[in-house]
Amino acid sequence: MTVVAPDETPLAQQRQQRLRLWLLLAPGALWLFFFFVLPLLIVMLYSFATPGPTGNVIWQFNFDSYITLVGKDLYFNAYYRSLWVGIQTTVICLLVGYPLALYMTLAEPKQRNLLLFLVLIPFWTNFLVRTYAWMIILSNNGLINDLLQMLGFAKQLLYPSAGAVLVGLIYGNLPFMVLPLYASLARFDFTLMEASADLGAGRWRSFWRIMFPLTVPGVVAGSVLVFIPTVGQFVVSDLLGGSKVDLLGNLLQRLFTRSNPPNWPLGSALALVFMFVLTVIVIIYFRTTTEEDR
Amino acid sequence: MTNASAVVLQQVTKRFQNVTAVDAIDLDIRDGEFFSMLGPSGCGKTTTLRMIAGFEFPSSGVISLAGAQVEKIPAHLRNVNTVFQSYALFPHMTVAENIAFGLEMKNVPRADIKPRVDAALAMVQLSNYGTRRPKQLSGGQQQRVALARALVNRPKVLLLDEPLGALDLKLRKEMQIELKRLQQEVGITFIYVTHDQEEALTMSDRIAVMNQGKLLQVGSPTEIYERPSSRFVADFIGEANFIDGHVIDIGAPYCTVRASNGLELQGILQGATTVGAAVTIAIRPEKLRLTVQSPDNVSTLAAKVEQVVYIGSDTRLTVRLSDTITLDVWEQNNRSTLDRDAYWQRGEQGFVTWNPDNALILTA
Repeated sequence: MTVVAPDETPLAQQRQQRLRLWLLLAPGALWLFFFFVLPLLIVMLYSFATPGPTGNVIWQFNFDSYITLVGKDLYFNAYYRSLWVGIQTTVICLLVGYPLALYMTLAEPKQRNLLLFLVLIPFWTNFLVRTYAWMIILSNNGLINDLLQMLGFAKQLLYPSAGAVLVGLIYGNLPFMVLPLYASLARFDFTLMEASADLGAGRWRSFWRIMFPLTVPGVVAGSVLVFIPTVGQFVVSDLLGGSKVDLLGNLLQRLFTRSNPPNWPLGSALALVFMFVLTVIVIIYFRTTTEEDR
Repeated sequence: MTNASAVVLQQVTKRFQNVTAVDAIDLDIRDGEFFSMLGPSGCGKTTTLRMIAGFEFPSSGVISLAGAQVEKIPAHLRNVNTVFQSYALFPHMTVAENIAFGLEMKNVPRADIKPRVDAALAMVQLSNYGTRRPKQLSGGQQQRVALARALVNRPKVLLLDEPLGALDLKLRKEMQIELKRLQQEVGITFIYVTHDQEEALTMSDRIAVMNQGKLLQVGSPTEIYERPSSRFVADFIGEANFIDGHVIDIGAPYCTVRASNGLELQGILQGATTVGAAVTIAIRPEKLRLTVQSPDNVSTLAAKVEQVVYIGSDTRLTVRLSDTITLDVWEQNNRSTLDRDAYWQRGEQGFVTWNPDNALILTA
């Protein structure tokens, strides 16, 4: 007969297990609380405060910032432009990234690792430096204009422009699209494509009926990873768009640092509303794309 | 069974880089036949099947389906269907959607699809499973869905690539009988790839034995088992004793061979040979008898029992004829007794005997 120690009853065991779980979760939970939840609450608090004359915050609570947001076209346009740039970037990244990820998946193992490596290589250089590089490539005396001239065409104003911003965003975000897609495609059983062909489906139908639906998780993950940072960024639009392309990130940056005086309550309100809008969009996106697999 | 050809292969060869997977194969598979391609892994049987399906295209040679040349036509335009080893069911579709897929692709009117899907489900005894996902089914059920998904299209030929490989032994035996029943019911030509000789013998009308990309022999299960044309076929299908020797007399019906240890043995010649040529005598262990007294017979040799393995239905003996030759002898236990003396014991002397009709002289 085995002797059961008094503290090893199922209940005590359960309690001990729960304690262990909490201890494991604690570092992450604390981190998220202090550096995510708490700041978010502070931002929320700020959004209802009153801006002071020197950029300080006066603790008088009202809805003024939100009323300003709704009242001025400037802000609505920034939302609209940011979302539109985000959608364009995401769609183009998807159109470029899917064939690339597919090619990587179907390559010989050795070649596949090389391709994966090549996709990751840009990360070794600072993003800012790479964006500056685009400024030079697209500038009046840059690589592309030189080429155009050599071929006998007139120079084009490529930079600064909205197009340059888009090019920079697509370039910078493509790996975030390719990697989840690659992960999804690597798990895809290509025998299913043979089965589909066997049952009379041509390549295009096989793709839309079999491969695409089964790689939707990768499409969703990649899209979210590209879309969210894109709509909030301000560096690329600042550098490649001159002052012509005013996205939400640029507006926020200005409200918090550059405007005279800075307006933290309005900035906070702007950020919160946008966060809400993004959350709603992403939830809708998840719902519509993953429902089929339930 | 009609004599029309369902599938004809003429000098079909498939090379991958510098490996010849299938080497100049000629096959004529008849309409309504259960035809098996049997061989060890890497023998080219699956590649041959994939060329018939249209997943691979031959490097040279001609493939005809129902009289029409198809070797350059892609899979989705060929009137054949495949049951894959991994089943390859579409995981994001229900069982019914899986089965309807092929009909949809062929633009069968929507009103006709449902009854045909229902009939296909009934045929494989899964009528109530239409709304399930493949993941929710057992291996055997998935197998049947794969079968229904292929057969619902009423293909000219059904290709099966080791479809029972993933099932456990008991289920596999059940499915073998089920498959054979289905094939007879629908009357479609089945081309069945397997490395399991028992499976091939159980189900097939005819078997093609392949090795290293080459076709070695085509014949009924009986022909393949009783009259193998080569040592490889005799060895791969069932078990056999092999004795090397050379021909000393070519007669009818029996040829005489002198074995390497000087013994003279008689057997039936398979193929053509000349006096003095090196040959192999093959005798299946169940065709040998071990007797206490020497019967008056040419094909009798003195032997000493070396090993006795009792397996219930049979007793499997290994007997030694000479320093270099041992034979496996399977004796059927057709008497019920516990008397130890009724069974052979290790070290006992006896005589191995056989009917020379059962000794095959193989030239390859």
